[in-house]
Amino acid sequence: MNFTLKIWRQKDAHSKGEFKEYQVKDISSDTSFLEMLDILNNDLVHKGEEPVAFDHDCREGICGMCSLHINGHAHGPSQAVTTCQIYMRQFKDGQTIVVEPWRSAAFPVIKDLVVNRGAYDQILQAGGFISVRTNSVPDGNAIPIAKADADESMDAAACVGCGACAATCKNGSAMLFVAARVSSLAKLPQGRVEGARRAKAMVAKMDELGFGNCTNTGACQAECPKSISIAHIARLNREFLCAKLED
Amino acid sequence: MGCFLTNSSLGRKLVMSISGCFLLLFITFHMAMNLVAIFSADAYNWICEMLGANWYALVGTAVLAGGVLVHFAYAFWLTWQNRKARGNVRYAVTVTEKGVSWASKNMLLLGVIVFLGLAMHLSHFWAKMQLVELMGGHEVVLTDGSVVAPTDGAAIIQYTFSQWYNVVLYLVWFAALWLHLTHGVWSMLQTVGWANDKWYPRLKCLSGIVATLIFGGFAIVVVWFYVQSLCGGCPCCA
Repeated sequence: MNFTLKIWRQKDAHSKGEFKEYQVKDISSDTSFLEMLDILNNDLVHKGEEPVAFDHDCREGICGMCSLHINGHAHGPSQAVTTCQIYMRQFKDGQTIVVEPWRSAAFPVIKDLVVNRGAYDQILQAGGFISVRTNSVPDGNAIPIAKADADESMDAAACVGCGACAATCKNGSAMLFVAARVSSLAKLPQGRVEGARRAKAMVAKMDELGFGNCTNTGACQAECPKSISIAHIARLNREFLCAKLED
Repeated sequence: MGCFLTNSSLGRKLVMSISGCFLLLFITFHMAMNLVAIFSADAYNWICEMLGANWYALVGTAVLAGGVLVHFAYAFWLTWQNRKARGNVRYAVTVTEKGVSWASKNMLLLGVIVFLGLAMHLSHFWAKMQLVELMGGHEVVLTDGSVVAPTDGAAIIQYTFSQWYNVVLYLVWFAALWLHLTHGVWSMLQTVGWANDKWYPRLKCLSGIVATLIFGGFAIVVVWFYVQSLCGGCPCCA
């Protein structure tokens, strides 16, 4: 398969970026999107050109490191997968593919397609943890937790913190990420203890870092590679408002 | 408390939700009131008289204007913050994500259309009714030269909707309101945390029903009086 790639190239955080066009030829349909970029980079290196910088790590959809905006979709055209799980058979032979970095003021471009997602780490540091002693695994397993609660907590915990939610949201809101973290802990007895403090601290940090206000479009849920539901945003709203009313 | 309603994104959204709920309750009342005009001009005028230049109507008008201003000011404030959060460089390729409504992404635009429609509506009715009464006037001269009392709301309705362009403008206004409410109603409940996966289909269905009832209730009055004007007061419409 042959493709025309329009890729955002930006030397560093302070330089002005632009799209550059590349041709990739004889790509197997079973090649992953990131492998296709590897092939392109190999060609560029052989030509003495600067390879395209992009984030990746596990390449099996669990680390949340890959972060490409492909033809208008965060993580490409498929639903509920990360960029590394996209294969070239999902594109048409001869198609033009536009590849952009996450666009959000809180995720500044470092180079080419690599953005700084440290803002999410800062939000986590503000409250995405539990301080209570939970002892070892057998002790944790001895705490009775309703199956429905455990399932909801696990669904929220599936968030890999890739940033697709804020990158997709027209408001640059990080609500889905914050909601998933708050929700996964709020549904468990170990996390419940600090529920109010956590919701307030994480929302305050999210606001401080310049993320936008959620307007409930649901675009984040549609593009989330882990299909995190906006029902967790409703829970975050409840947690936060109840905590504020108790102040 | 006061601070959290201004300096927290969730607090600001709460203000939008509560002010939106207040405006929804008001337009529901207004729609029900308008329907009375179809059945009895006297009953409608009795309501107009009750809502004329008296202290409770003025307090109500002031509170309502406050609600509109808060909702509108917060909408612009939130949008300005959101645009800033989005950054200066926009995506070259954008798509509509699966399951995302056009209305949900264009609430400000729809709100501006609703606001402009409101200004038109106030010039057609409020400026000829409560305002005239407040200024001490006892009669209103309509653009065709006819004179009516400021409490004769039924006559002003009849005159306004006998003109086709007003009918078109009002229907466009109501359509924008319909779209605004299809997202606004369930979004209002989501913002206060009253939603979950089981309830989303129900809440979105409820939003559609509420928006359609309000649109229908307002539109039927406009269309009714326009059709009546075409009939020229034939016995079936009298």
